[in-house]
Amino acid sequence: MTDLPSMLPALPEIVLALVAMGLLMYGVFSKTDRADLCTHGAVAAMVAAAVLEVLGIGTAAEGFFGQFVVNDFTRFAKLLILVAAAVTLVMGRRWLATEGVQRFEFPVLMTLSVVGMMLMVSANDLIGMYLGLELQSLALYVLATIQRDNVRATEAGLKYFVLGALASGLLLYGASLVYGFAGTTSFPGIQEAIASGNAHLGVVVGLVFVMAGLSFKVSAAPFHMWTPDVYEGAPTPVTALFAVAPKVAALCLFLRLLMDPFVGLVADWQQVVSVIALLSMIVGSFGAIAQDNIKRLMAYSSIGHMGFALVGLAAGTADGVRGVLVYLVIYLFMNVGTFAIILAMRQQGRPVEGIKDLAGLGRTRPLVAVAMGIFMFSMAGIPPLAGFFAKFYVFMAAVEVGLIWLAILGVLASVVSAFYYLRIVKVMYFDEPLEGLDPVCSPALRITMGVAAAVVLFFCVAPGWVVGTAETAAAALVAG
Amino acid sequence: MWEIGLAHYLTVAAILFATGVFGIFANKKNVVVIMMSIELMLLAVTINMVAFSTALQDLVGQIFTLFILTVAAAEAGIGLAIVVVFFRNRGSIEVEDINSLKG
Repeated sequence: MTDLPSMLPALPEIVLALVAMGLLMYGVFSKTDRADLCTHGAVAAMVAAAVLEVLGIGTAAEGFFGQFVVNDFTRFAKLLILVAAAVTLVMGRRWLATEGVQRFEFPVLMTLSVVGMMLMVSANDLIGMYLGLELQSLALYVLATIQRDNVRATEAGLKYFVLGALASGLLLYGASLVYGFAGTTSFPGIQEAIASGNAHLGVVVGLVFVMAGLSFKVSAAPFHMWTPDVYEGAPTPVTALFAVAPKVAALCLFLRLLMDPFVGLVADWQQVVSVIALLSMIVGSFGAIAQDNIKRLMAYSSIGHMGFALVGLAAGTADGVRGVLVYLVIYLFMNVGTFAIILAMRQQGRPVEGIKDLAGLGRTRPLVAVAMGIFMFSMAGIPPLAGFFAKFYVFMAAVEVGLIWLAILGVLASVVSAFYYLRIVKVMYFDEPLEGLDPVCSPALRITMGVAAAVVLFFCVAPGWVVGTAETAAAALVAG
Repeated sequence: MWEIGLAHYLTVAAILFATGVFGIFANKKNVVVIMMSIELMLLAVTINMVAFSTALQDLVGQIFTLFILTVAAAEAGIGLAIVVVFFRNRGSIEVEDINSLKG
């Protein structure tokens, strides 16, 4: 035990953590405001980490005496997280600058939360999982409150903190039960203890607590109540972050936990995941109908999307995991694009977030309206847009294992959700413009909108590339 | 005489944990009480961990406990900071005053 634990597999995380520290020191000790430079530095570090992940594709390794694992699944998840975080950072820069909350802490905290997300996806031990999750959550609590002179933002931060801490507590209590009754905290050890056949009921109870905690983090019903308030109150760039990167990380951790150490208990967790998925789809579809704030609507939309993605997990097969991963890729593009438009919503220079403010967008800003239309149709799941394929793969996986009732109810929920997505299209094209939106002045937002819309629109041309990569990733998880 | 074993520790921890969860939801007065409830939950987990660690003759549980204590301190720090910022804006930390976001 004299040699150093092999740290090389964690190189991308180490790079990001060091850059975060460096930027923090730089920001604190420089005399002038260095927010822009810190943002560029953080984005560059995320790109570098993503390149390191891409270079390692196809290899699997363990580090820190087996407490940290990298394979194609974790690389896939980390690439999604890095892309989502880097794009949100670039998109939000202009918004934060105009609102006067551009602080150098913002990119630093974002980088730290990304390190947390990457650690929790790669954790191979309950301790590592908990610490990664907390690093992520603590940074996100502060990010939600970054606009600290705003009542709504601080209230959102307070609510997020209290419910997030409750979720961590539930998860931790479950982890302690799993540790006690399985006798170990390492994932392979837990898998062995369950496979040996004499798993105590305590392990199942612990697993249920862990799942409740993770459901909070992915904002799946019945643990979704914080989502609408936090989405509405937090500054829009932070909401854009919340909507994608932490969801991807928590859902990938969910996949890893259930398909790797707890795969022996599939009969027990399958029903729980099915119920969570069903409730989320219903809450997401019906909750959004009466909303008039677009960020609140996106909150319910994300609850619904998490429900659809969990349908794939409920299947409990490699096909299901592949479906979830494809869903996450498409979800990323749809959400990043939609939030680019929400960030660009301004009237006379001040940000607006009402759905009615989109009225007449089809006439005043036709290109933005077309992009928004594409995202809304895609989220509703209308072929040939990408959102249709996302739902197709998860529902097919569910049907293959006989969860036909879940697939049917999911399609029905999707029909209901089409109502409020299409309402936005109707407002944009058929309502009279009240006070048209300002032109989109930030090139970063224009490029993001365009690229995301193009990906969502042309996904059907070559779905094989994403699906094939997701399949390799799923195989790495289910075999390992 | 009574022999205090694993089950007793687990029962105490479960009661403390339930008190913590109940405190978060039932409390209608003050946010600081909620923070105390969160600490109570984390400490209940700590008792669980140490009890299991002793029963299993395995040190990992105690190491986990040290990490939990550290994270709990960081969490309390961030939580109190958020409460202070909220108080500056709202002038109150009554639970019923946390109501500007609804829908």
